Amino acid sequence: MTDQALLDKVLAFAPGKVAVEEYVNTYPALRVEADALHDLARFLKENEETDFDYLMCLSGVDWGANLGVVYHLRSTRHGHVLVLKTQTPERITPTIDTISDLWVGAEFHEREVYDMFGIRFTNHPDMRRIFMSDKWMGFPLRKDYQASNPLHLETEGAYEDEGIRKLASGKGKDETFIINFGPQHPSTHGVLRLVITLEGENVDQVQPHCGYIHRGIEKMCEHLTYQQIVHLTDRMDYLSAHINNEAVCLCVEKALQVEVPLRAQYIRTIMDELTRVASHLLFWTSFGMDLGATTCFFYSMRERDHILDIFEETCGARLVLSYVCPGGVMYDLHPNFQRRVKDFIREMRRRLPEYHRLLSGNVIFQGRSRNIGVLSHENAVSFGVTGPSGRASGWHCDVRKQDPYHVYSQVDFQEAIRTEGDVFARYMLRMDELETSLNIIEQLIDQIPSGDYAAKMKPVIRVPEGEYYQRVETARGDLGVWLVSQGDKFPYRLKFRSPGFSTLAALPHLCHGFKIADLIAISGSLDFVIPDIDR
Amino acid sequence: MMPTDFKDNEALEQLRESGTNVVLTTVSDLVSWGRANSLWPLMFATSCCGIEIMAAGAARTDFSRFGIEVYRSSPRQADLMVVAGTIVHKMAPVLKRLYDQMADPKYVVAMGNCAISGGPFRDSYHVVNGIEDIIPVDVYIPGCPVRPEALLYGIMQLQRKIKVSYSLPLGKKEEDK
Repeated sequence: MTDQALLDKVLAFAPGKVAVEEYVNTYPALRVEADALHDLARFLKENEETDFDYLMCLSGVDWGANLGVVYHLRSTRHGHVLVLKTQTPERITPTIDTISDLWVGAEFHEREVYDMFGIRFTNHPDMRRIFMSDKWMGFPLRKDYQASNPLHLETEGAYEDEGIRKLASGKGKDETFIINFGPQHPSTHGVLRLVITLEGENVDQVQPHCGYIHRGIEKMCEHLTYQQIVHLTDRMDYLSAHINNEAVCLCVEKALQVEVPLRAQYIRTIMDELTRVASHLLFWTSFGMDLGATTCFFYSMRERDHILDIFEETCGARLVLSYVCPGGVMYDLHPNFQRRVKDFIREMRRRLPEYHRLLSGNVIFQGRSRNIGVLSHENAVSFGVTGPSGRASGWHCDVRKQDPYHVYSQVDFQEAIRTEGDVFARYMLRMDELETSLNIIEQLIDQIPSGDYAAKMKPVIRVPEGEYYQRVETARGDLGVWLVSQGDKFPYRLKFRSPGFSTLAALPHLCHGFKIADLIAISGSLDFVIPDIDR
Repeated sequence: MMPTDFKDNEALEQLRESGTNVVLTTVSDLVSWGRANSLWPLMFATSCCGIEIMAAGAARTDFSRFGIEVYRSSPRQADLMVVAGTIVHKMAPVLKRLYDQMADPKYVVAMGNCAISGGPFRDSYHVVNGIEDIIPVDVYIPGCPVRPEALLYGIMQLQRKIKVSYSLPLGKKEEDK
């Protein structure tokens, strides 16, 4: 269906309640009255022709006089995208109907909007703050936020937390335990906290508590220039730092309609794939260690250091590169780059069978990962579990194929897909992607054209007024950047749709009924980076 | 000036060379030497610097050469807390609690700009501007993120500091005067 046909169809469904927004160089957008939102959303999701089954992004925004919520919907079958925008009538007690009954993944996103903007979602199953503690004053992402919140060092009692009280009140049986997992725990890969109710050894409910590394990046971005913002993004998902940088740069370039030199596009693509390989190698390390295989650590860190050396030679940094800038890349490649990348590919190809011999074929490892934490295709879409975790459930969700950016459209590569959806499939999919990435690099490394490595940009970038959305495929999935500009040198609102946040929403569903030891395997296989979840 | 006014390792080492009680300081030195070379760090990382700790523990830089390889998951078994990464308001009580749970003698290394001052996130509403507001810090290692080599250098500075400090009660009394 064309965009116009789609808009006509929606306008016919709810006449008088819906208005088409002007859109240039971005997705078709509709302004919806708050009271018509839920019906329209249901229609869009359940109608065969529209079939919007994937909620890409749900963001709150402060428009000054009132607060708004913006939904980016995508149909996995038809591939079309629609933006729904709604507003609350006022900002004292703003309420909007929840859509978490239609898209399960919306539950977490709506909690985030409540936490940051104070918009209450009616009929939401669990309307609590998600990042900030219950005692936090004010809603940080509102433009008029001025509350002072002094640092508290007293540890809260467990039952002071509303969520834990809720967990405890539902359980009357003596056999039920409530245990606390994290925020300081070696298997959470950071500062994730899970409160778990156990029946014997079986996991009943899992309640993720986020915000232990919530650094308020989205608010900070509203006072930084676009060049500065790039440096904050790689501290979100630091394992795919380079790809995060790119997301913002691509969004700015899309808004300014800048043509990035071909050389820069090649460099970016190769760096992307090297980052992905480094990230998946670290996944192999940490996942192996979660399941008790310590040797993995030494093997994959050895190979990973080669990639970091290549990064360091070209851009001076090992982990958080900040190599991309709007318009291209910061410096040209180091003369050794091509030779060392080729050496690395040869080395990695030689090592991969060794990795499989060491871990993938291990009987204990397979016993702990096969048929554990099965995520169905339908649920993956509904929760918005993208990236390798989504593809392991058979969902073709690779942004590199769907919305190709840079030179991905010219590269010949197969999207790795597995259909089992269990822990082992998620693990194997990342191993498959290692090979895919090596193939992509190999195709590009000899083809890097000569020329400029960056387009000429003004020192102060003013993005023209409008709203822009850009997706990239990080090592964890679909990272979306939603940029609202009012023509200033700072963005008015910058929202990151982080892949980890949606994936975390699926964790309670995946763990239900499995043993507590399986929880480690499941959360390890989802490959969380906690600052990516909390931002 | 009192000996305790000197904070840098060079001055402390010079002070120690002007000898004191022969038998007991030798015992004290032995204990300090042992402590410095068997630091057990607490596994504590919030963000990017944690990955560089992992890299520092891997084969290339291999910090077990300096006796800091036994990473503990429980604060009760650890001597050293390497605070790697940003500390935010919600995490601050947890950090303090973990520090309180560690047994004496205990040391803290602030790894990376975030732990030192808030780093790039200093202006944020939810970030603690430096962990010294919460717990005492022995060594600051700047970097964003800290390179493994820098981490090793920082830890070796801590080891020097432990070696020049008195580890017996006798030594402490002398310091108090």
